[in-house]
Amino acid sequence: MIFSLAIYAAPYTSQASDSAYRFALALLENGHTLYRVFFYQDGVHTASSLNTPPQDEIHFTHNWQALAQQHNIDLIVCIAAALKRGLLNKQEASRYDKPAFNLAEGFEISGLGQLVDAAVISDRLITFGG
Amino acid sequence: MSTLHTINKSPFSHSTLASCLQVCGKQDGILLLEDGVFGALASSPCAEELATIIETGVRVYALKGDVNARGLQEKIRAGILLTDYNGFVQLSIEHKCVQSWY
Amino acid sequence: MNQTPSKKILFISRHAPYGTSLAKDALDAVLSSSAYDQQLSLLFMDDGVFQLLKNQASGEIAHKSFSSLLPVLPLYEINSIYVHYESLKKRQITINELVLDSVQIIDSSAICSLLAQQDQLLSF
Repeated sequence: MIFSLAIYAAPYTSQASDSAYRFALALLENGHTLYRVFFYQDGVHTASSLNTPPQDEIHFTHNWQALAQQHNIDLIVCIAAALKRGLLNKQEASRYDKPAFNLAEGFEISGLGQLVDAAVISDRLITFGG
Repeated sequence: MSTLHTINKSPFSHSTLASCLQVCGKQDGILLLEDGVFGALASSPCAEELATIIETGVRVYALKGDVNARGLQEKIRAGILLTDYNGFVQLSIEHKCVQSWY
Repeated sequence: MNQTPSKKILFISRHAPYGTSLAKDALDAVLSSSAYDQQLSLLFMDDGVFQLLKNQASGEIAHKSFSSLLPVLPLYEINSIYVHYESLKKRQITINELVLDSVQIIDSSAICSLLAQQDQLLSF
């Protein structure tokens, strides 16, 4: 079965961020497909390459990157939610004349339409709200 | 077809469980996770409604890891089924849609 | 995309406007989805029904008013807009106070069947 997840919860603020990751691990272990993870609202902070949790805490950015690479998962960050929270890729940083960009590798910035697209393509879309 | 409802907020401070119970059908399932597992206590503000809905055949689950983390192992009321993330995945497949109440 | 049959997708907006971004984010998601040729509908319940009140003058809090945002919905391909009857009743809001006149007021048991008819739920 094809799954997609919508993550609205901020990492380290809401447990929902962790629940979403554990759900992803479980569905993959059970032989299902994870098509896309869509990060929206404060969930976009998951995609910052600057996230530096202490070593004994979960590194969500690294975990999603590894999972995406291993299982070919789309990690999409909503562009409108990302830009206003200071999360930019190289292209957007240059467009808005910003001195740096911080979108972690493996994540992609795209439009909100990718959320409904995930709903259309997947058999199940599960929301993890904060 | 039926809906799986997930609740991740405590019924002591949020109305999500109460709202869910209003629209929960007999074929639906409810999964309590995160702070939602406080809804599985006998002292929960929604305890009576939850008992009624369980009697009608609705299956109500609580995520074991979240129950244990909060020290509620012995305090979960009868009729609530414990599950894990594999069970959560399975429940989301058995129901057609998942509504997240947060 | 062309081969995919269209799906019934219901957006559920349960939060009050302004206090958090959830209401606006839900609306943005609905509007962005209208280009995808699916059977979209929208349900307001719980504090989400406060988004529908007339006379919202949000100028002083630097936010676009939902009284002016919501009337664009019929211009997009949104099949149906539902409002939960018990949520209105609990908040003592009457139909005359709503900014949209094309909504369907439905009770809890109708919502139960509405959810059961969908292919996907987008929860806000």
